[in-house]
Amino acid sequence: MLSHFSAVLIFALCVSVVFGITQRTEPRKMALFAGYCFVLFIAGTMLASWVMWLIKR
Amino acid sequence: MMEERMATHAEQSTHTSGKATAALILGWIIPGAGHILLGKWVRGALLFVSILTMFSIGLALQGKVYIPNTGDLLAMLGFAGDLGAGGLYLLARIMSWGAAPVVTALADYGTKFIVVAGLLNVIAAVDAYSLASGRKAAA
Repeated sequence: MLSHFSAVLIFALCVSVVFGITQRTEPRKMALFAGYCFVLFIAGTMLASWVMWLIKR
Repeated sequence: MMEERMATHAEQSTHTSGKATAALILGWIIPGAGHILLGKWVRGALLFVSILTMFSIGLALQGKVYIPNTGDLLAMLGFAGDLGAGGLYLLARIMSWGAAPVVTALADYGTKFIVVAGLLNVIAAVDAYSLASGRKAAA
């Protein structure tokens, strides 16, 4: 069974690949944009997690 | 001479429009197939794997597949998102996958995976249309 974090990783990876291919025209820019989206997804999720942890305390 | 050119241009335009529509519809039915139709094999394969993975994981997490005419506004939006998956959605409905009620947090994640897979498929199909019609530069 997937953990919550592994679910986030798979979600971010799949969505980033589609965003990269559809939002850019050149292969190099596609890869860069996909990487950028992936990092933002993961960083955003971790930031939101810490904020929720702080609110709970 | 001028009339011949205009006729040729009109024929090419019709051909391009037909191909773009075919890429859109095929890309909706089978994720990535629109790109494969245009000869973009790697992109098509990556789109297929990504969208199929999202949809499959959603089902594996016991996510819900929305059905039409429930009367609930959020369920209607979920249905619209799910419908974007095209052939995968039809397959899920035929096989009665995702019919169980959502009872865990992970199943709720699964429901979102399925909806997002549908929305991503719509983006991919429209991208194939844009490539075929020349609205997006083909690299």
